[in-house]
Amino acid sequence: MFELPSGAEIQSIIATLKTGVGFFIPEIYLSVLFMLLIVIDLMVKGRKNNLLSAVTALGLAGAFYFIYQQHLLEAGEIFFGMYVLDEFALFFKYFFVLSGILAVLVSVADDQLNRQVRSIGEYYALIVAMVIGMIMMASSADLLMMFLSMELVGLTAYVLTGYLKNDPRSAEGALKYLVYGAVSSGLMVYGFSLIYGLTAETNIMKISAELALHGYDPLVMMLASLLILAGFGYKIGAVPFHFWSPDVYEGAPTPVTAYLSVGSKAAGFAVLMRFFYVAIPHGGEPFQDIAGMDWLSLLIVISIASMIYGNVVALWQKNVKRLLAYSSIAHAGYALLGIIAMDELGTQATLFYLLGYLLMNIGAFYVVILISNRTGSENLEDYRGLGRKMPLAGAALTVFLISLVGLPPTIGFIGKLMIFSALLAKGSVFIWLALIGVLTSVISLYYYMLIPLNMYLRESQQPDEGKEATGMVHQIGIAVLMILTIYFGLFFKPLLDFAKISSSMLGMTIY
Amino acid sequence: MELITNIGLNHFLTISALLFGFGLFAVMTRKNAIVILMGVELILNAANINFLAFSKFNGGMEGVMFSLFVIVLAAAEAAIALAIVINIYKIFRSVDVSSIDTMKE
Repeated sequence: MFELPSGAEIQSIIATLKTGVGFFIPEIYLSVLFMLLIVIDLMVKGRKNNLLSAVTALGLAGAFYFIYQQHLLEAGEIFFGMYVLDEFALFFKYFFVLSGILAVLVSVADDQLNRQVRSIGEYYALIVAMVIGMIMMASSADLLMMFLSMELVGLTAYVLTGYLKNDPRSAEGALKYLVYGAVSSGLMVYGFSLIYGLTAETNIMKISAELALHGYDPLVMMLASLLILAGFGYKIGAVPFHFWSPDVYEGAPTPVTAYLSVGSKAAGFAVLMRFFYVAIPHGGEPFQDIAGMDWLSLLIVISIASMIYGNVVALWQKNVKRLLAYSSIAHAGYALLGIIAMDELGTQATLFYLLGYLLMNIGAFYVVILISNRTGSENLEDYRGLGRKMPLAGAALTVFLISLVGLPPTIGFIGKLMIFSALLAKGSVFIWLALIGVLTSVISLYYYMLIPLNMYLRESQQPDEGKEATGMVHQIGIAVLMILTIYFGLFFKPLLDFAKISSSMLGMTIY
Repeated sequence: MELITNIGLNHFLTISALLFGFGLFAVMTRKNAIVILMGVELILNAANINFLAFSKFNGGMEGVMFSLFVIVLAAAEAAIALAIVINIYKIFRSVDVSSIDTMKE
């Protein structure tokens, strides 16, 4: 049926692959780092945690150099349209490497992880593998590549969630994550197969051209959209695909929770934006084409549901990790608003919002880790009177929470401002969406502020245990994150410009 | 009669839709973690049949490639899933997902 390629054809395939490698250097570098970490772990037999974490952090920092070099290359497709290199992908490469470094930092801080796990083993290697997977998610331009990279992120995330093998909560979190993840990726692949049936293509740019040229059956397209959104929605943790997130966030080791809540969520946004903007035809005018309209209305429903559900259910939470899980559902709703605006301003706003979320959410989890090192608990009740015992951590947590609410002068405020102004710039159609966003932010003020309330205004029942003070490194770590959160809330121009440059995507048709 | 003797695209799609339905049914109604994972396998294989059928009738090799990768990833996922389920069994002495629900507000 299919003939074997001739010698000349094979030569040309090899030549294409060789030119592609030049555009793939950061990923190759990270893969080498991944294997190096496994070898180092085998040599030291998991005894020298500090060596492993230092190699990981420095190795990830080294990746910045290779990513920076890629700015010189021209944007384009490589590996037969499987993979693209453009400003959008580069933004997420920086983003994920940074989130990996921060994840290593918070992992070092966590006593529970380092005490319960006798040999840290491949933990750091898995973090690097997840960075690779997320980078590939942001750069893939083919349904096959999207599926593979999402599975790479998913499989590493399941293992990381269950890393505390003897802790029932961690095991339960891993099981739930696995079941929901496996089902939603199965649904997504079925949706991909329908798209493939409609167009006979797997490259998203060709799919878009094919759909625009030959049309499609609206019913099949709707079904495929729903199924594919199940996969993407699961990654970003939006309602109604959120069921895993509270249990996984509570059960997983806290550093892993911090990493998942920013890394894997942002990767989901990257792949969702690329798919929605590139593969779905939007007609000459936005809002004209049926497929684009279907997706838009689905996204609007998901976004509203996430904002309301996340913020309202968070009101009753007693566990801080669980509270932050619900808050992260709500934040997925806010970031979706920028995608709904469907223009350059909206993309820029979403990218900026994700950057802000990286800083403030990792920061908040960092402080939660330091507090649980001291009290051994993540319950809201046990935060009483901590503001006096841990002044810096208390102040930092307050700043991060103010930023999560979206009050000035923090990066969270600028992020929300950008999102809402992108919506309002579209005219009067989306005013009500922005209104819902503002109102739900007001609700969120209550539950976020419960934490500082307990820390500063309520007295602790227990006497001071007088445990050892937090290490100097971590004091500096949270101080830096806190200062950055405020600094970029005041001097946001460079980040905003960076996000604006990064909003250009290869093969984009909508703006 | 022709409908029965000539196997066309619709036959494949019907089978795959049935498989998908059974898989989804298993995932939603069963309580045993292993059976849920079996349901997921059914969903993945339904997608595989779709890919192969479309590849045969639309032309092009992408569908064949896609289904090969799906098979490999299903195996990888099963390995990790079973490891997690074994760990669950060690701790809870059960793989019933409705009884493994200790974290609730």
